[in-house]
Amino acid sequence: MIAAIASLTALGLALGLGLGFAARKLKVEGNPLVAEIEALLPGSQCGQCGYPGCTGAAQALADGGAPVTLCPPGGRDLVIQLAAKLGVEADLSGVKDSVPSIAEVREELCIGCTRCYKVCPTDAILGSAKHIHSVFREACTACGKCVDACPTEAILMRPIPVTMQTWYWGKPALEAA
Amino acid sequence: MNLLARLRLRGGVHPDGRKELSAEAPICALPLPERLYVSLQQHIGAPANPAVAVGDHVRKGQLIGTRVGMVSAPVHAPTSGRVIAIGDYAAPHPSGLPVPTITIESDGDDRWLDFETPADPMALAPEDIAARVDAAGIVGLGGAAFPSAVKLNLSRGSGVTTLIMNGGECEPFLTCDDRLMRDRAGEVVAGILLIQRAVGAPVVLVGIEDNKPEAIAAMRAAAAGTGVEVRAIPSMYPMGSEKQLIQALIGKEVPAGGRAADIGVLVHNVGTAFAVHQALSLGRPLVSRIVTVSGGAIGVPRNLEAPIGAPAEALFDYCGGFLDTPARLVMGGPMMGQELTDPRVPLIKGTSGLLALTHKEIGQPSPAPCIRCSTCVRACPIGLLPLEMAARIRAGDLAAAVDLGLKDCIACGSCSYACPAHIPLVHYFNYAKGDLAAKERAKLKQEATRKLADARNERMERIAREREEAARQRAARKAAQDAAKKAAAEAAKAGTQETETA
Repeated sequence: MIAAIASLTALGLALGLGLGFAARKLKVEGNPLVAEIEALLPGSQCGQCGYPGCTGAAQALADGGAPVTLCPPGGRDLVIQLAAKLGVEADLSGVKDSVPSIAEVREELCIGCTRCYKVCPTDAILGSAKHIHSVFREACTACGKCVDACPTEAILMRPIPVTMQTWYWGKPALEAA
Repeated sequence: MNLLARLRLRGGVHPDGRKELSAEAPICALPLPERLYVSLQQHIGAPANPAVAVGDHVRKGQLIGTRVGMVSAPVHAPTSGRVIAIGDYAAPHPSGLPVPTITIESDGDDRWLDFETPADPMALAPEDIAARVDAAGIVGLGGAAFPSAVKLNLSRGSGVTTLIMNGGECEPFLTCDDRLMRDRAGEVVAGILLIQRAVGAPVVLVGIEDNKPEAIAAMRAAAAGTGVEVRAIPSMYPMGSEKQLIQALIGKEVPAGGRAADIGVLVHNVGTAFAVHQALSLGRPLVSRIVTVSGGAIGVPRNLEAPIGAPAEALFDYCGGFLDTPARLVMGGPMMGQELTDPRVPLIKGTSGLLALTHKEIGQPSPAPCIRCSTCVRACPIGLLPLEMAARIRAGDLAAAVDLGLKDCIACGSCSYACPAHIPLVHYFNYAKGDLAAKERAKLKQEATRKLADARNERMERIAREREEAARQRAARKAAQDAAKKAAAEAAKAGTQETETA
């Protein structure tokens, strides 16, 4: 009787201490899923999803509070990736099959107000007061913040022109079934 | 020997060679066209930068486009004349997209620039040979157009033990390498020896398909006593592919995802060897090449030595024009070549052939469903499962296709050729590889823009911090000033009180 009580108590103590020790030592800071999801997101903190930046969006996705279709710049591919990561069905019906685009400043309309480059999350616009602004193609993520900021509607989103380096064969048409 | 080599290989197909159309036509020069359209993107890598301006007069062989970055090649004027335009012009590419091109109006003199040539090219240091090959704008003339100097420099570092010269020319119709080896074997061997010196490979093998006995004989005669060994290899498609040629000649297989250099081998085309000889012995950069003009719709199939930039039209016209409207124009061979969208596109360094094919030759019945007969599996020289990969790609599951070995596909087209249901298998693989490359580019861009966004956030925080700091300092200064003022006022007050009391 005593032996049983003692051994169970010892066992309980040892396991409890072990678990307590593990909880302290092997503590995981935050939800690792959040970091994994954030790595998939574009990272430009454009805020089009309605969350404060990509970390906020990743947090909401990990908590299940946001749909996988929340990120417009990510496009269809991102929806598929997020759905696979979170193990949910992706509803692609609402996702536009967007072509990769970049912003373009229409020089005849630009008044050099500097509003666009102040909101650009990736510093992709160069300009100064009363000078025509210009977009760095390599840095633009087509988040669209500048379009909203422009008072003269001088910024448009244009599909990235296809060059010899980026062209590839289209998918063959399905053969007769 | 041949039987052994055959046993070493997997897959492959035996398309009708059709080489008899042009094999007996010796190399002849194309009369100089009035205008030459020299593309600045003739090689794998970054396009060259124009080094001349509109209106400039250039001599033949003058540098007109400088290389940009590590993997790139310069471009030279293919004749003497005046630069009349620098701008976009249709490229020989199935996309029909324009590329930056320098247009030169010939002055008819075809006058070379004066070149300094080394007294004995074989006495040059290996680095010098590679530097001269680079300056001459030489790229792989077998069709891939990879800058040759890059290959030479990489192999010098990695210790190449075997240099293999590719005289396979397994594509049907093409006879330009065959004729080059027959008509100019001496120069080709001299070029091979220069490449050997540049990379320091102790063994040099030349692989020539056994359907070219005259070329084998000519090369053996020219190579006698030089240590270069000329070997006959079985005629089969794709024998002229690097990996297959290595396997046939030395029995080693290039590892999946690896390069020939991983097993100590460097492969160059025989045409490249000729260009290296021209560059080193005569100082002449790569401004012309030998092109087979052939196909059922061509009047007189020929092997032409044509200046780079000559419009395809000019070559077709010189070869008797079209017997009837061609069903398809192809640049390169019929198996791996690219369809030409416009007969005016210019010749580039990698163009081995210009074909005008008839309906009968292209024979393109509509595809039927796959019955999983696995003919494509037997045809694949790499040992892949084309039917399985195509099914995955059709369903949009590119990752599964990659798991099946998509990245090892050499796009030779043997599977499409062999498929009894005429399924465009290699088209699926080209699409999938392009799509994967586009995704890879998007990922790289995303990583770069993420760094930019992080840098911006950090900067914004720093600015806010500094602003706060400055405000605090201002407040502190103001407080100090106020305190000082107050103290001074009090002191003054005390002073007046003192004077009053005094």
